[in-house]
Amino acid sequence: MTMTERGLGRITGMLFTLLASTGIHPAHAAGASDGQYLTRAADCEVCHTRPGGAPFAGGRAFAIPGMGVIYSPNITADRQAGIGTWTDDQFVKAVRDGVSPGWKHLYPAMPYRDYAYMTPDEVKAIRAYLATLPTSSARPPANTLKFPFSIRAAMIFWNLVNGPTSSHPDDPGHTPSWNRGRYLVEGPGHCAECHSPRTITMGVSASNAYAGADVGGWRAYNITSSKTDGIGAWSADDLATYLSTGHADGHGSASGDMGDVVSHSLRYLTRQDIDAMVEYLRGIPARSSTDGAPLVVDQPTAAHDPADSHGAMLYAGACVGCHLPDGSGRQNPVASIAGARTTLGAANGQNLLQVLTHGSVLQTATGTASMPAFHGGYSDQDVADIANFVMHHFARSSTKVTAVDVAKAKAGSTPE
Amino acid sequence: MTPKRVFPPAIRRRHVLGGAGAFVLAAILPAGRSRGAGMLVEDATASFAPNAYIRIGSDNVITMILPNIEMGQGIYTSSVMLMAEELGIDPQSVRIEAAPPGGGAEITGGSTSSMTEWMPLRQAGATARTMLQQAAAARWSCAPDACVALDGYITGPAGQRLSYGELAADAAKLPVPKNVALKTPAQFRLIGRPMHRLDSQVKVDGQATFGIDVQVPGQKVGAVAACPVIGGHVGHVDTQAALKIRGVVAVLQIDDAVCVVADHYWAARKGLAALDVQWVEGPNAAVDTQAIYRQLEGGLSGPAILADHHGDARQAITHAHGRYSAIYRQPLLAHATMEPINCTIHVRPDGCDIWTGTQVAERARDTTAEVTGLPKDKIKLHSQYIGGGFGRRLEHEYVTQAARFGRQVSYPLKIIWSREEDITRDRFRPAYLDHLEAGLDERGYITGLTHRIVGPAVVARWEPSGLSANGYDDDLSVGTVITPYTYPAYRLEFARREPPGVITAWWRGVGGTRGLFVVEGFIDELARRADIDPVAYRREMVRNNPRALAVLERAARESGWGTPLPPNCGRGVALQFAFGSYLATVVEVEMPALHDVRIRRVTCAVDCGQVINPDQIIAQIEGGLIFGFSAALYNEITLEKGRVQQDNFHTWRVMRMNEAPKRIDVHLIESTESPGGIGETGTAAAAPALANAMAAVQKRRYRILPLLSALNQPSGHEKEQQG
Amino acid sequence: MLTLQINGKSVEVDVDPDTPLLWVLRDVLGMTGTKYGCGIAECGVCTVHVDGSPVRSCSLPVGLIGSQKVITTIEGLQADPVAAAVRKAWLDIDVVQCGYCQPGQIMAAIALLKKIPNPTDEQIEADMSGNLCRCGTYMRIRAAIRNVAAAQGVNP
Ligand code: FES
Ligand code: FES
Repeated sequence: MTMTERGLGRITGMLFTLLASTGIHPAHAAGASDGQYLTRAADCEVCHTRPGGAPFAGGRAFAIPGMGVIYSPNITADRQAGIGTWTDDQFVKAVRDGVSPGWKHLYPAMPYRDYAYMTPDEVKAIRAYLATLPTSSARPPANTLKFPFSIRAAMIFWNLVNGPTSSHPDDPGHTPSWNRGRYLVEGPGHCAECHSPRTITMGVSASNAYAGADVGGWRAYNITSSKTDGIGAWSADDLATYLSTGHADGHGSASGDMGDVVSHSLRYLTRQDIDAMVEYLRGIPARSSTDGAPLVVDQPTAAHDPADSHGAMLYAGACVGCHLPDGSGRQNPVASIAGARTTLGAANGQNLLQVLTHGSVLQTATGTASMPAFHGGYSDQDVADIANFVMHHFARSSTKVTAVDVAKAKAGSTPE
Repeated sequence: MTPKRVFPPAIRRRHVLGGAGAFVLAAILPAGRSRGAGMLVEDATASFAPNAYIRIGSDNVITMILPNIEMGQGIYTSSVMLMAEELGIDPQSVRIEAAPPGGGAEITGGSTSSMTEWMPLRQAGATARTMLQQAAAARWSCAPDACVALDGYITGPAGQRLSYGELAADAAKLPVPKNVALKTPAQFRLIGRPMHRLDSQVKVDGQATFGIDVQVPGQKVGAVAACPVIGGHVGHVDTQAALKIRGVVAVLQIDDAVCVVADHYWAARKGLAALDVQWVEGPNAAVDTQAIYRQLEGGLSGPAILADHHGDARQAITHAHGRYSAIYRQPLLAHATMEPINCTIHVRPDGCDIWTGTQVAERARDTTAEVTGLPKDKIKLHSQYIGGGFGRRLEHEYVTQAARFGRQVSYPLKIIWSREEDITRDRFRPAYLDHLEAGLDERGYITGLTHRIVGPAVVARWEPSGLSANGYDDDLSVGTVITPYTYPAYRLEFARREPPGVITAWWRGVGGTRGLFVVEGFIDELARRADIDPVAYRREMVRNNPRALAVLERAARESGWGTPLPPNCGRGVALQFAFGSYLATVVEVEMPALHDVRIRRVTCAVDCGQVINPDQIIAQIEGGLIFGFSAALYNEITLEKGRVQQDNFHTWRVMRMNEAPKRIDVHLIESTESPGGIGETGTAAAAPALANAMAAVQKRRYRILPLLSALNQPSGHEKEQQG
Repeated sequence: MLTLQINGKSVEVDVDPDTPLLWVLRDVLGMTGTKYGCGIAECGVCTVHVDGSPVRSCSLPVGLIGSQKVITTIEGLQADPVAAAVRKAWLDIDVVQCGYCQPGQIMAAIALLKKIPNPTDEQIEADMSGNLCRCGTYMRIRAAIRNVAAAQGVNP
């Protein structure tokens, strides 16, 4: 991948913005508040907001490998730049079928096949909520897609190959909460879009669902119930805590896109809904993956790595302010990295390099927790030394990254 | 700092003011040189006289009013020592005040404090002591000479004893003696002996009040953002969201900055983040680092100012046995003092108070008068401890900014720049290119040297009158013209280039730190070219300069110069005469990898003339070296689209404890010469000594700062030029 | 209203839970011994103790602390023997220069010495390298910490 599509949207400096509240939202309230809940559950804001731009005004860049760059549209109620003139039915068709007014087929960056889990009424509730928000006249840049993807009609073909959208009635063989979890995970949550590998036509792989995938320089983790490769060894509590706060002790913290998902979506879901998602996730058949060499995560000791290795020295200076010498997190549990398998474990260290070079931001109930991007001041070789020390010291990983990998991560590509 | 402002100390007129039982010795200094810095203690009495140095109360409280501001250099301690030495009291018993702004150009900077205060402060102490002796002699009807001043008491010939406080009122009525005897060095009881710093206790207790700590009843706190591009201004501002933040009370605006005011700083920061500001960035939005270096490269040829010369260096080079030339490059540098920029101000219709840390109290007061329209004497500046100066607080634009915001509100306003603001809106040590060319004899020694400096003249903006008639900035002579070496023929040229998009300023030395890196690097190159040991090469060059020779030999001996080292290790030397002090520095470095530099040991020999407080000289050299190493290895300010790209300590890297030298040994050479400056000498030595050590390990040159810059890697474009 | 235990006293503060402890100490409670240097846990000048561990108060939202944890600042260690030994060691060899970083350095050193009474240079550097000093007092900080250990008669 040549460009971090979502990296473009990542804010690398220090943020002082804070979310006002973590209000509790009933699962099935009516009207606009239901719409707000669903809008959050569907994580609309992150993709439809340019970094630093007005919420839902679009303009966030998405590089689609081999295809080019597309920009999310403005979905505020502005009548020119936004969707103010759309009818409810047009909105529903766009969200659930990927067809927008004028029969333009939406590119698959819009997860409409997942959103089809939502009923037309639910989608209309989202629309109703969006209509209550401030409008923006911002117009996103034109897409820069390569032929043949530049022809929107090509998406008709894509839809044929990758299956039509459909509704998904509850499975009576499972509990209501499992069904609710499936709805949230497969539907508005559109988890598979990142966590499932893509087929050759860029569709989400069903046979290998949730076995992990590369997304914009990151490795989206295997979230099947595999004990070694997936989340099978996580307790239900840990998983729920991770989803709703972005952190679980012994598992590290959500960063990158997952950090965004927690910040703007999952942390607003009710505990009941989170538990439902956990129940469903833990039932996903185990699949093995090649992304994370199994980790032997034990307590780091001085004996693991000499304190005078260059990486250890840099860590002792630049990192301990938040992460402490033992990786346990100093002032904020979010900074505890010990056992952070998703970050430390990806076999090629790519997630760690992404965090180091692009930083990470997580919205929490007590404000923004940020990790700064080490894009200056420390050389690529310095960053590689830090990464190698951290992976070995805290995860017993023998992965080695190089200055070249760091430079690639800065540019947004995956190390080989 | 520029050496131009080092005036010969002289006391033109003294007088004594009596009243309120206090005996106030005032030393009025010549116009243009008197200085002061505001009060550290707030209860100065009505009898307080400007430029007074010593106040003795009938209650035996002795107060010293200090002309230089304390920013870590230990100047309070050494100033008190000078006066206490002559007055005959225990320095630890003295109360300290910082003097308020007086008349004339006043600065604390340029490593000049010890040099300029050496005589006046001793004379102040001696004058007070003489008058106390005279007062006692009058009481006891004996000769003043028979009265001995010691430990705060005058003892008479018959063993009578009166405290200074008991004699203060009498002494205050006496005429001020014209010439007072000063102690000879042999009589010194304090000067030259280590003394504990007087400001340590409050600082370890967390009780010292720095500017940022000032708390004035009713004050509000402002978070500031200036246009990220120099020369730009505020466009549209939408204050709605900011004003909704709990605790935010106002959004203030001046042409190039906004300030969100709140009950406490965090609320102000949140307000600032919520504030929607559109900047009109202006033409500098196109400036990037490359543009700055391109401009400098343009100055390498073409016309230049002839700054200094003797003999015909060009001829000497043309006819020399050998020729050698090199181009050195140094970056823009920030200060990043540990205490971020801040200022508290209360502007009222009838007056104004300012609480801040500044190296230029009077300038700060004067521009505040301009901004507020108040007369100067209605503006009181209360100087606070400075959490690191390094030349940053020779600028006072933050005081001016505070005044422009402060005049819009009725309450006392404290502005705090975030660290990000402090670095990105700093005024930077300039970038320079230096081109040197030497003609060499058969043995490889210099027959003629030409040196062209391309860069800005910092003094031109800071103090336009300081610029020479031909447009030269004398400060650039430190480390170049002012050097331990003499060359048979010499030519220094200056091609002035003022960079776009940044404001350049002083640092912990400008001339000295930039000049020494270039000259000492070049000399080292010449030594290695001639296959002569770098110490031996320099020894030959300074054989007629005994002070330089002495420090060089001492540093070489103490460092074990020439003894074998483990693999990947090397030593480098730098020799200097700067700020009135001689210094030789040997750095021993280990480089396990090209990007991994470990300073094993630093050995310094220093001759800074008469030493006041030896341990603080050592402390200044230790700290100065580490400040210099930090910059030499890591630091460079870069711009993209007119915006500074470094903003906090992960992008502006500062040397940490585990990267600092394992050992620094400073050897003081006894000297009776008048005191030289010391605050910047270590910093100036750091880059050249380290670069030369790294060059010794890697067998290659380091001509670009920062030393870890990719441009210094073996594939970099800098190749040795040999002619 | 949040309740905090600071230097042995229970205090109530009325701030948003995202407010870093640093600004509560400095601007709400007027305790300015704890300094601001970077705001993002990179310099250590804001170091205080929470339940005895050194933390960066600039990055600790008060909402995370709770009413039970014991917060100690540079102002709150007047009677502590380790703190007294550290201060004495600092004064003995004149560690401070500008002094701005020193409250943070001292808080970090006290926490280290309480954890490891006789630290090796490696242990000193592991715990102290997160604290920046722009004046470059590192050599003396290292020496002062060693001196505390020596003065306390801890066997190496
Ligand atoms: S201010 Fe907290 S670590 Fe720098
Ligand atoms: S003493 Fe000045 S920053 Fe440490």
